[in-house]
Amino acid sequence: MAGTATQTAGTTEPTRRDFIVVAAGAFGAVGAAAAIWPFVHQMNPSADVLALSSTEVDLSQIAAGQSVTILWRGKPVFVRHRTAAEIDQAKKDDAAALPDPAKDADRVKKPEWLVMMGVCTHLGCVPLGQKGDFGGWFCPCHGSHYDTSGRIRKGPAPANLPVPEYAFLNDTRIRIG
Amino acid sequence: MADNTSGFFANPLVKWIEYRLPVFSTLDHMVGTQYPTPKNLSYWWNFGSLAGLCLVIQILTGIVLVMHYTPHTSLAFDSVEHIMRDVNYGWLLRYMHANGASMFFIVVYIHIFRGLYYGSYKAPREILWFLGLIIFLLMMATAFMGYVLPWGQMSFWGATVITNLFSAIPLVGEPIVTWLWGGFSVDNPTLNRFFSLHYLLPFVIVGIVILHVLALHQHGSNNPLGIDTKGPQDRIPFHPYYTIKDAFGVGVFLIFFSFFLFYAPNYLGHPDNYIPANPLVTPEHIVPEWYFLPFYAILRSVPDKLGGVLLMFGAILILFLLPWLDTSKVRSAKFRPIYKQLFWVFLIACVGLTYAGGLPPEGLALVIGRVCTVYYFAHFLILMPLVGWFEKPLKLPASISEAVLKDGAAGSKA
Repeated sequence: MAGTATQTAGTTEPTRRDFIVVAAGAFGAVGAAAAIWPFVHQMNPSADVLALSSTEVDLSQIAAGQSVTILWRGKPVFVRHRTAAEIDQAKKDDAAALPDPAKDADRVKKPEWLVMMGVCTHLGCVPLGQKGDFGGWFCPCHGSHYDTSGRIRKGPAPANLPVPEYAFLNDTRIRIG
Repeated sequence: MADNTSGFFANPLVKWIEYRLPVFSTLDHMVGTQYPTPKNLSYWWNFGSLAGLCLVIQILTGIVLVMHYTPHTSLAFDSVEHIMRDVNYGWLLRYMHANGASMFFIVVYIHIFRGLYYGSYKAPREILWFLGLIIFLLMMATAFMGYVLPWGQMSFWGATVITNLFSAIPLVGEPIVTWLWGGFSVDNPTLNRFFSLHYLLPFVIVGIVILHVLALHQHGSNNPLGIDTKGPQDRIPFHPYYTIKDAFGVGVFLIFFSFFLFYAPNYLGHPDNYIPANPLVTPEHIVPEWYFLPFYAILRSVPDKLGGVLLMFGAILILFLLPWLDTSKVRSAKFRPIYKQLFWVFLIACVGLTYAGGLPPEGLALVIGRVCTVYYFAHFLILMPLVGWFEKPLKLPASISEAVLKDGAAGSKA
C-alpha cells in the first residue's frame, strides 16, 4: 500500500513519510558519529601528557663548540653553542641551494645558540651531531645531511630540523615550550 | 559414510549432540569426508593449513605470555627478561612466539607465491584472494605492534619510523601521528594501545580466516593444473586423504621450526632489541624484521618521503588488482611458457628487495633496491597484462583425471 502511494506521489513531490525516513536516518547518523568521537579522541594526548609541555635549560655550563641534548615532550632537543666558524658557515650557506629555504638569522634568537628539535624530518630518527657533508648533523637511518644551522641539504628528509618555541629567561637560561 | 549414519556418526552421544547442534556434520563438510577436493594437489597446497597452525601457535603462546608481561615503558623490558629468566618455560614460550611469527610469515609467503604461480586469484576466487590479502595486512600490523612490546631499541625506533610514515600525508599527517602516539613521541600511551591492538587483531584474523575458508569452499581448491574439477573422478574427500597429507606436512614444518627454536632462536631477531629503549639515541642502522625488508627496501628506494610511503603501501595494494591485471584465462603457470619464467624473475626481484632492505641505503644495495622496485611494479602493471594478451598457452588437459591417469600410465610403463 505504501509502495503504491510513493510510486504515484513520489514522481511529483516527496511524501511526509519520505521526510520522516530521511530525518530519522540523518538524526541516527549524527548520533552515531557523536558516539564514535570519544572512542577516537581518547587516543589523542591526554591532559597529563599535554601538561608536561615546557622545560628550562641552563646555558652557562655549555662551552662554545659543545651541545647538550635534552628531552622535551619525549623528544630530544639539541642546544648547541656554536663556534664563530659555524655561524659564519651558516650565514654563508643562506645563499646556497636549500631544499627548504630559511635564513640562519630566522632560525636563532642569538647567533651563538642554536636550539632545535633533534628529530629527523624524514622518519623521526635522532641525527648525529657534527657529522655529514655539511659539518652539521647526519641522520644514520636513511642518510639525511643537515648543515650548521640544522637545514636539510641532502637526503630524503623534506624539511629543516624544526625550531621549537623557546624564550631567553636571562642570558644563561632558556625555557623551551 | 556419505549418509552420516555409520562409523563415528553412529555413536549415540554424537547422534544426541548432532540432533541438537550440527557441529560434527558442519566440520565434516568443512574439513572432512564431505569436502570434495581435487585429487592432484601437490605439497604446495599444505601451506594453507600450516598457516592456520601458525595462527593457533601464536594465539596460545601469546595468551600465556600476557600472564607475565607488563605493558608499561618502565617495566616492559624487564618483564620480558623476567619471562626469559624466571618464568617456568618462559624462554620456550617467548622463543616460540617470536620465532613463530617468522614461521608464520615464511608459510604465508609460500602460500601467496603458490597462489601467484597457479593463478589461484582468478575468477571465481577473487574474493578468496582479497580475504587472504586482508589477513596478510592484519598480520603485518599485528607483527609490527608485537615487535614494539619488548620495548628494546629496535622496538622503539621501529615504532618511531613506521608511525612517522603517516606524517608524509599532506596536511593531516602530523595530527594523525600525534593521534597514533597519544603524545608527542612514541611513549607509554603508544605502548599501551599497541598492546591492546596486538591482543585484539589475531582474533580479527581468526574471523577473516573463517571467511577465507568459507570462500574457498564455495568453489573448492584450485590445483596444479588450474582447471576446474569436472566430476567425481577428479575429486577425493578431504578426509582422510588431505588430512593425512597435511599432518605429514606439519611434521616436516615442526622440524624446521624446532631448528630455529632450539638452535638459533635469535638468528631472525636483532641484537639491538636486547638494549632497553632510549629515546635519545638512534641505533646506527635501523632494520625491521626480515619479513618487512622487501617493503622497507621499496620505501628507501625513492628519494622522496611521500613518494616512498605511497610506493611501499602500493606494493601491497597492487595485489588487490591482480585478478584484472592478469589478462590470461589460463590459471596455472604450468601451461604459460612466458609467465612461468617471469614468475621466477619476480621471485628473484623479491629476494633482491629483501637483501637490499637489510643493508644501509647506499652504493650497490641502493641500486639493487631501485632495480628490483622498478621490476616489482613493472611485473604487475606492464608485463602481466601484456603477457596475458600475447602469450600462446600450451594445450590444457581435458580433465584432472585424464592428466593424472596419463602420467600414471607412463610411470607404470617406465
